[in-house]
Amino acid sequence: MNSKEAAEKIREMFPEEVREIREYNSQTSVIVKRDRIKDIIRYLHSDPLLNFDLLKDLCGVDYSGKKETRFEVVYHLYSLEYRSLLRIRAEVPEDDCSIDSVVDIFAGANWPERECYDLLGVVFKGHPDLRRILLPEDWEGHPLRKDYPLQSDLGEKEWKGYLDVIELAKKNMEFETK
Amino acid sequence: MNRQSEDCVIEIEEGIKVIPGAGAVIAGIDKIANWGRISSMWPAVFGTACCAIEMMTAGSSHYDLDRFGIIFRASPRQADVMIISGTVTKKMAPVMRRVYDQMAEPRYVIAMGSCACTGNVYNTYSTAQGCDNFLPVDVYIPGCPPRPEAFIDGLIKLQEKIKNEHLRWSRWR
Repeated sequence: MNSKEAAEKIREMFPEEVREIREYNSQTSVIVKRDRIKDIIRYLHSDPLLNFDLLKDLCGVDYSGKKETRFEVVYHLYSLEYRSLLRIRAEVPEDDCSIDSVVDIFAGANWPERECYDLLGVVFKGHPDLRRILLPEDWEGHPLRKDYPLQSDLGEKEWKGYLDVIELAKKNMEFETK
Repeated sequence: MNRQSEDCVIEIEEGIKVIPGAGAVIAGIDKIANWGRISSMWPAVFGTACCAIEMMTAGSSHYDLDRFGIIFRASPRQADVMIISGTVTKKMAPVMRRVYDQMAEPRYVIAMGSCACTGNVYNTYSTAQGCDNFLPVDVYIPGCPPRPEAFIDGLIKLQEKIKNEHLRWSRWR
């Protein structure tokens, strides 16, 4: 089944959940609500006619100031059998920034979900090990959010570990040969 | 064999004299130590990004760093020069400082590439704006990435710097 038919199939199965089906450059994306995302992904994964058995990518987007709901979690699903690619975009509001984890279905979603949590602050409910993956553990804030400072000088928000190193370097200067 | 004694001493370089046949060299201790240091600058490699590829190229047979006595070492404890080649992230900074602190005196740092010098275009939350924020850098090599020739030029600049040093002895000696 190609991706267009698969998108219609989702609309058929989850009429309440699908907000919109978009087509751009022969890429199909389905914009859904987040509440039953796990059911939708499980359906795409396990239905033999769809058989989307590969999660190519999982990432987050911040639409701050451009859309009503601020965040989106994007799933790129691929069917190795039918050679079709489908994009699922789940809308996540800012005030309750969370979505169900799909690690039960795709074990490979583990680290992408951690990355999305790390950089955008989207909480994945039911994730077995939701820690930061790229940034240091004691980093404050989520840098890919649009309201995060862009430049290197973070001022008061600077990571403590880096300030400690600069402090240490100043202290160790006395041991340097002049 | 009835030459004057002064004739038996040959000055091979300014301040360094050799007595032929006796196997003896007369020079200041600085001269000899510096000669040894410039002839065996063993670097602790710290490849953090794409500049490391150029550094590896400089070490390979086409450019051949071995002819300067530069042999890459895997341990900071055996190294004299630390080559920072690539973007320095804030998360990497404590590691880098720790490696530097493990090196024995005399020690030198080369910042290779625009990222290690200044941060380059990466003025972002995660990137340190130059490794000189937390390391005493001796030689800056600009370029994105610098060609192996530029890198070798930087090493020769460091050799010149070491050559002119006086009384550089560690306090932990």
